[in-house]
Formats: sequence, structure tokens, C-alpha cells
Amino acid sequence: MIDLSFQFESFSEFMLMAGHGPYVWACYLITATALIYLACAPLLKRRALFAELKRQARIENYELKKREQNITEDSQ
Amino acid sequence: MGWQWFYRLGSPRWFYEKTDAWVPWLALLSIVLLLAGAVWGLGFAPQDSKQGNSYRIIYIHVPASFLALAGYYTMAISGAIGLIWKMKLADMVMKCAAPIGAVLTFIALVTGAIWGKPTWGTWWVWDARITSMLLLLFLYLGVIALQEAFQHQQTANKASAILALVGTVNIPIIYKSVDWWYTLHQPATLKFTGESPIDSSMLYPLLTMIVGFYVFFALVLLMRTRTEILQRERKTRWVKALAEGKAP
Repeated sequence: MIDLSFQFESFSEFMLMAGHGPYVWACYLITATALIYLACAPLLKRRALFAELKRQARIENYELKKREQNITEDSQ
Repeated sequence: MGWQWFYRLGSPRWFYEKTDAWVPWLALLSIVLLLAGAVWGLGFAPQDSKQGNSYRIIYIHVPASFLALAGYYTMAISGAIGLIWKMKLADMVMKCAAPIGAVLTFIALVTGAIWGKPTWGTWWVWDARITSMLLLLFLYLGVIALQEAFQHQQTANKASAILALVGTVNIPIIYKSVDWWYTLHQPATLKFTGESPIDSSMLYPLLTMIVGFYVFFALVLLMRTRTEILQRERKTRWVKALAEGKAP
């Protein structure tokens, strides 16, 4: 059977890890940051793309309306 | 049925719509596995008799190294499929795998260096395993650079696929380096054949982390590929409708 008890006496010992704490925690922190970056990058890129496409659509709509207006004014 | 799914992969839109429901499940699964594995490895797995607590770095160092290599297979194989069958989606997967693989290789190298300090007394040595991993990072960076270097996407894909395929020569060297040149890096912890030299109380959290990293890799590769599809199909009506929140 696998022993599933917490291996440290206290939280501060858990942080210290008998002197290896800075090495271990630095690794986990760097990895967490890198993984979060990987997960967020495509989401941010998609959001920027959608914002750009929306802006383009607004401009196109606006120009279309203006052209229609010009046509009706010309015919009057 | 049969090969129909393979031909359908030629349509990026079909792929985008098909995989829509996968993203939240993969995200949930990878978060659960990575958190459980990290807590288990950091707090509940026993100390190593020789290395003390510094060995807990293994729970990210080994999975990241695994995925650095798996990412390279993914990149090289999809590059080959793109070259042979001119499949757009395969080219996109190749392009999207490169930065993920580069980040994972970077994690493997950095955690290895930090682990080396308390264990070997040095951050870096020009050991065969470490040097071949550094070469892997440069191969990833080469593919990323080639993708940016050409005006035409097709030329860029061809060049990066060829670089990725030539670079596969490095993969068996990485695997075998710890046996061929027995220097500072310790031999493999996990073996596909025969008994692994690790106790099950340390093995299970490690396996949890490895599966977690695989799922995370699949998730990020899928998300990147989906965004790449939108980017390339931005002029089409279905992407424009999607951008405005309308069902296409």
C-alpha cells in the first residue's frame, strides 16, 4: 500500500524542504508561468483577431450605408 | 466510413467545428491531473534517500522532457504529411507545435539546471544529454524562424518541414545519450521494457504528471491550431460570422 501522508511536519518545513526549497519552488513557479503563458497565448490572439474582424465589419457597413445614401441623394 | 475522416481533415472549417466541444474537457482534465500530480509530488511522495527533497523537481523535469520529444514527433510527422499530401491542416499543426515544443524544452533545460545545482554542484555541464536537448531547442527555434522568414506560407511550410525531418536524427541521440556517454546525467527513470528503478510511491505521481502534460500539450496544440485556422480563414464568411458572435 502506498503511504499517502503529508511528508512535512509544518508548513514552514514544507516551504524550506530541508534547504532545497528555493530550487524546488523556483522550478514549479517557472513551469507554472510557462504553462499559463502557453494556455493564454492562443486565447488572446483569437480575441485580438475577432476584435479586428469586428472593426473591419463596422467600417464596411458604414461605407456601404454612405454609398447607398449618396446614390439616393444623386437620384433626387 | 474508412478513410473519410482523413479527407475531411482537408477542411479546416470542419476540424474547427468538430473540435469545439473538446477544448473545455481537455482543459478540465489537464488542470485536475497537473494539480493533483504537483500536490502529490511536492507534499505526499516520500523523500529521496540520496537526493532529499530536490528530487521533487523530477515531477516536472521528466514530463516536460517527454513532451519536448513528443512535440518534436508531432511537428516532424505533421510536417511530413503536409509535404506529401499537401494537407493545410497538417502544415498548421506543424507550425503550432513548434512554439509549444520550444517552451517545454526550455522548461526541461531550466528545471534540469536548477536541479543540477544542489545535486551535481553545477548549473550546467556540456553533458551529452543536456547538449542534445539544447540542440532540440535550437531546432524548434529554427522552425519558428523559418515560418517567419518567407513571404509565401507554402515555401515556409516546405522549408520548416524539411528542417524538422532532418532534425529527427537528434531524437535517438537524446534517448541513447545517457547510455552511450555515461557522464553526469542520471540514466532513465522510466523504462518501457523491464523494471523501472523507482518506487511506486514516487512512480504514481510521476505518471499522473506525465499524463497531465500530455493532455495539456494536446489542449494547447488544439487551441493554437484552432486560432491559426481562424487567422488563415479570416476572409471567409464563417469566420466573420463567428467574430460577430453569430452562428455561421
